[in-house]
Amino acid sequence: MLNVLFFGRIREELDCAQLTVAPGPGCDDLDALQKHLETMHGDRWQTVLGQDNLIRAVNHAVVSVNVPLVDGDEVAFFPPVTGG
Amino acid sequence: MRVDVQQDDFDVAKLQSSLLSGEHDEGAIATFTGYVRCNSEPADGYRLELEHYPGMTESSIEAILEESAQRWPVCRARVVHRVGVLTAGEQIVWVGVSASHREAAFAACEFIMDYLKTRAPFWKKETGSQGASWVDARESDTLRAKRWQQSQQQ
Repeated sequence: MLNVLFFGRIREELDCAQLTVAPGPGCDDLDALQKHLETMHGDRWQTVLGQDNLIRAVNHAVVSVNVPLVDGDEVAFFPPVTGG
Repeated sequence: MRVDVQQDDFDVAKLQSSLLSGEHDEGAIATFTGYVRCNSEPADGYRLELEHYPGMTESSIEAILEESAQRWPVCRARVVHRVGVLTAGEQIVWVGVSASHREAAFAACEFIMDYLKTRAPFWKKETGSQGASWVDARESDTLRAKRWQQSQQQ
């Protein structure tokens, strides 16, 4: 399974911190997974995940391009960070 | 190199001592302590809630510490960052670097803090007299972090 996490403002706006998605056709890369989530959950998710400053991470590394996903991957969606 | 992400407060004197090896190879320690600044009145009702991404937080700060050690002759470096609910005036983050000379200690400490603010997955939500709101990332922090990329290219 793909473990999908949401943090900060994104988590709050989706009212979802974590879910799992079956890997494979339709979810075999990051763009496809995001599209799958938007299709599955509707307009609200499309708006929230469509924000320009959305950051995506795969297995704890921020990625700026589309990447393939395999079973066991952890994917996170979050807004720009504000620590320190 | 050590990274601690914790709810508990920290003792800066003990943390500074932990950077000393006992071998007396360090000639300088530079430290930075960040505090919760109140962004609304009254201060006694203000609180800041810090969320983070367990696992990625630690690994991203460790990567920053390793990069600092590649750029400067650092002896030891350590970061402590608090999460959870904090109130105005509380300590929130500590960065400490020991090195043979002050130049490396100063530079590495500032570099670590600048990169932490733009790369480590923490998010702040503040609650004051105007209600609760997420703290927005600041362009000035991004520009400060970019300085280090430019300085490396020169």
